[in-house]
Amino acid sequence: MSRRDVVVARSDRSTPVPRPRRTGRVPVALLLPATLGLLFLVLPLAGLLIRTPWSTLPQRLTEPGVLIALRLSVQAATLATLLCLVLGVPLAWLLARVDFPGRRLVRALVTVPLVLPPVVGGVALLLVFGRRGILGGWLDSTFGVTLPFTTAGVVLAEAFVAMPFLVIAVEGALRGADVRYEEAAATLGAGRWTTFTHVTLPLVAPGVAAGAVLCWARALGEFGATITFAGNFPGRTQTMPLAVYLALETDLEAAIVLSLVLLTVSVVILASLRDRWLSSP
Amino acid sequence: MTARRLALFTAMTIVALVGCGSGQRTDPRSGGSAGAVTGDVTVFAAASLTESFTRIGEAFEAANPGVRVAFSFAGSSALATQINQGAPADVFASASPANMTTVTEAGSGDGNPSVFVRNQLVIAVPDGNPDGVTGLADLNRPDVKVALCAEQVPCGAAAVRALATAGVGLTPVTLEQDVKAALSKLRLGEVDAALVYRTDARAADDDVDGIEFPESAGAINDYPIVVLRNAPNRPAAQAFVDHVLSGPGQAVLTAAGFQAP
Repeated sequence: MSRRDVVVARSDRSTPVPRPRRTGRVPVALLLPATLGLLFLVLPLAGLLIRTPWSTLPQRLTEPGVLIALRLSVQAATLATLLCLVLGVPLAWLLARVDFPGRRLVRALVTVPLVLPPVVGGVALLLVFGRRGILGGWLDSTFGVTLPFTTAGVVLAEAFVAMPFLVIAVEGALRGADVRYEEAAATLGAGRWTTFTHVTLPLVAPGVAAGAVLCWARALGEFGATITFAGNFPGRTQTMPLAVYLALETDLEAAIVLSLVLLTVSVVILASLRDRWLSSP
Repeated sequence: MTARRLALFTAMTIVALVGCGSGQRTDPRSGGSAGAVTGDVTVFAAASLTESFTRIGEAFEAANPGVRVAFSFAGSSALATQINQGAPADVFASASPANMTTVTEAGSGDGNPSVFVRNQLVIAVPDGNPDGVTGLADLNRPDVKVALCAEQVPCGAAAVRALATAGVGLTPVTLEQDVKAALSKLRLGEVDAALVYRTDARAADDDVDGIEFPESAGAINDYPIVVLRNAPNRPAAQAFVDHVLSGPGQAVLTAAGFQAP
């Protein structure tokens, strides 16, 4: 084996570069803003906990509306995440692996729901999928299906707002993945579909999982697009954020309790997912 | 600009402002609200007052050149919460006595609130009334989709009372967070009818017909207004409340479809 071969072989190996040990004092210029940032994020949560009516908590938690809204929230967010996975992973692959004209524009368009106020997103959905909408009118007259004010409408609204999180995360993972595995598969005769399912997807699975978790969390907290597109009716379209908003109208404590439930559920689920799938180094 | 010229400019501005003010100055105790007050007034008002209070604000500013009125329109209950949490408002105009009570009981009000108008519900339907709705009973038809306000906000509470009076057990497709949201679902064509205030139906006259129904008489909302205890600009706040209660103020409100108290 020549000297050159050795060098190539070594650089081909995809073992992570060993990290140098971090030593020395943490600079105050970084530590101070970091601490302030953490406080800024955590203090409002502490505020919720301080104002929580602990003595009446059990009664409030067992009120029938709470569980119904919670179940609907979790179901709708999960369905929205599945929808985002089915549509968003191929979209991310397209953006990362296919060179087509206008790709930058498409990438910018994908992120539009991130900056669009969700209420506007809800109105936009109504203009397309509403009873008088471009597609919604056709759905109604052909199949008798109307999406607004249904649980399917909630899923649609949440997917619209949450999908960019998934697409961005997966596209990032795809760009970071080593293309040479895919090229190797191609030289061995695998088509693009087989390469995608057998090589690419397993390679970026952690990225897909991370994107799905982000997407789910965003869907769970969705308020504006949901109340605008799907309305608010207990058991059908009233998710936890909507219930919190309406409770706030009359009963601050009830709103705090509902927020606490939502917070606990999301933290527990996100933490458990993170431990299982997203082992951070 | 040199310091000297700046001083001169400032002095001239002050002279000009004082000159303007003194020209229209009247005795504040004489009941007129003209010219006696200056500064910013922040008015927290129910969403249903959006159109009429905006007009009243313009008239008030025209009568008091030194005053600027800023409005925050939202659901009365949300406003009441904000006021009790220390929002820097001068005046609170609520769409229901219940939300006013929330504010006065928390000690945020200054003096007794006065009822300045009353409002009642109508059935809002698309222009031309395509479904031929004539009363609350028609809203129960399976082909008619209805939007109501959520019971937590005043228009929803009034709707519940009216429906109970009529003995109509109605299942709406949605319970909206305020009256404007219920109306917008109708204007977007997603529902066939909505119970909204007469004033909101009138404000949306181009797209919407308002159908009066007898049971609304049992569900009339009183609108109270009050100067707030921590008002940053109390004289101007009182002048604004006086203006709302005055003849010209009431004329704007009744033109919008409100009833005199």
